[in-house]
Amino acid sequence: MSEPQNRVDNELAVELRNLNKWYGEFHVLKNINLQVKKGERIVICGPSGSGKSTMIRCINRLEEHQQGEIIVNGRHLTEDVKQIESVRKDVGMVFQHFNLFPHLTVLENCVLAPIWVKKVPRKEAEATAMKYLERVKIPEQAKKYPGQLSGGQQQRVAIARSLCMNPDVMLFDEPTSALDPEMIKEVLDVMIELAREGMTMLCVTHEMGFAKTVADRVIFMDSGQIIEENEPHAFFNNPEHERTKLFLSQILNH
Amino acid sequence: MKYETQKALPPPASTIGVLGWMRKHLFKGPGSSIATLVLGYLAVIWLWPLIDWAFISADWLGTTRQDCSGDGACWVFINQRLDQFLYGFYPEAETWRLDLSFVILMACIGWLVIPRLPAKGPMAVFTLVIFPFIAFVLLSGGFFGLEPVDTHKWGGLSLTLVLAVVGIVAALPFGVLLALGRRSHMPIVRSLSVIYIEIWRGVPLITVLFMASVMLPLFFPEGMDFDKLLRALIGITMFQSAYMAEVVRGGLQAIPRGQYEAADALGLGYWQKMVMIILPQALKLMIPGIVNTFIALFKDTSLVLIIGLFDLLAIMQAAANDPNWIGFATEGYVFVALVFWVFCFSMSRYSQHLEKRLHTGHGAR
Repeated sequence: MSEPQNRVDNELAVELRNLNKWYGEFHVLKNINLQVKKGERIVICGPSGSGKSTMIRCINRLEEHQQGEIIVNGRHLTEDVKQIESVRKDVGMVFQHFNLFPHLTVLENCVLAPIWVKKVPRKEAEATAMKYLERVKIPEQAKKYPGQLSGGQQQRVAIARSLCMNPDVMLFDEPTSALDPEMIKEVLDVMIELAREGMTMLCVTHEMGFAKTVADRVIFMDSGQIIEENEPHAFFNNPEHERTKLFLSQILNH
Repeated sequence: MKYETQKALPPPASTIGVLGWMRKHLFKGPGSSIATLVLGYLAVIWLWPLIDWAFISADWLGTTRQDCSGDGACWVFINQRLDQFLYGFYPEAETWRLDLSFVILMACIGWLVIPRLPAKGPMAVFTLVIFPFIAFVLLSGGFFGLEPVDTHKWGGLSLTLVLAVVGIVAALPFGVLLALGRRSHMPIVRSLSVIYIEIWRGVPLITVLFMASVMLPLFFPEGMDFDKLLRALIGITMFQSAYMAEVVRGGLQAIPRGQYEAADALGLGYWQKMVMIILPQALKLMIPGIVNTFIALFKDTSLVLIIGLFDLLAIMQAAANDPNWIGFATEGYVFVALVFWVFCFSMSRYSQHLEKRLHTGHGAR
């Protein structure tokens, strides 16, 4: 990237420039620079407490940053509420604990934001929701409440709910960490399909199989810094840093 | 070894039905059986005099105290003064207006609480927005040829209901706003909410009512005076909304952070998030607390006695001091207690029903 630093690059979906964040005295993100091209699939891994979740949560401003710039789809993320809401329309997020709305049915979960945020007519929103529920393979659960579904099904609903907003970027914050082992695959399958369709994805996960299959780049973070980034083959086979080697040996050989 | 799925068998007969229930709960072992028998015996010998007093030896029919034998309760007193208990000093020819308002209110509430009936939204708007005007016109008159009835003539159960219904309907929205204010990130909004809540919660309702009726007029310019009942209503509403705010805040705190984050991530604005995601879940959790506050409010209305308004309790006490009926205060108190209990118990039962109906399979039941 040889662009001048103050220009906004139209090829980029997300750009972080010298991002710094503190929790009180604690410096959680240290000078993060990251550029994500449109359609690129990025997997972020690292030990717990390394700041990887915090970093992607800054992208839709669930966390505030104190220094540096975040540019999403050409828009600078600032304190301006309008700007934040417009960025959030374009950025979908899937959480570790699904965070479905338990008092609404699956279908209501999916149509709520399109109807109220994007002002889509209800009929159209429901049609879109059913389309995405079919894509995550649970259209038959549309009338049920989240509490009646398994964890894997809930996470797939959460993915469908995000997709209903027709986002340009999807953030995944450890989407399979809270799932029983036999349900991980059904969620990963949906994510793999999504990746193959060209969605821009930033995914915090320890599913190294997923990283090898779909990632364009793997990023390794430790203590608030990006230690290493590379394409998956090189990342897994020839990690450069000692810290990366140690981490990989811990999660791959157990 | 060969494996076969075994057929499900019905449970043994002695463990189900009435017999099973009795075995399990009343006669489980010798200790339990003895306790059941002893307590049953005590209950009978203690309850019997009460039943005898209230029903068997009681006098129901008649017009004066001479019709009461004196062995049991004298319900003649209640019978004779019932109109006064219900309507206070409202002119007799106009009491149909109170009846009509009550019937409309009950019809509205009935419509809202019976799940099968359609058009809940318009009906709720009617109940909360249009009905108060109808009730106001009917009760105070002065429009459409209805004779004006001054609020100092209002009294009895109708006054109790006016105070309670207005207090309940007004305190909840104010309470919600105050609770949201207290959790706001804006320092001024938060401080004002905290100050309001802590001040109103820290003073007794009696002083609030007293202030409303005695002190408040001193702050108004000469000649400007507004209705005593209205002042009492405002006092009760402000007082109860502070309590309500804390109940609501408790509910808001029980909603996991993830719900806020999911709503934020979808781009919902603050009010959309609160109204559609957080409050519906929080209010469901808060039902026991809210109804608790409602019940307390309903019973607290009898404190308006202190500022010279005659609610059901006060009017009963006045009637019991009538020389013709001296000595029947017990019947009066029992009657008033029963009326209060019926209203409060109905609220309690409905809230339990509501909790079950709103349960959607998440969280602890």
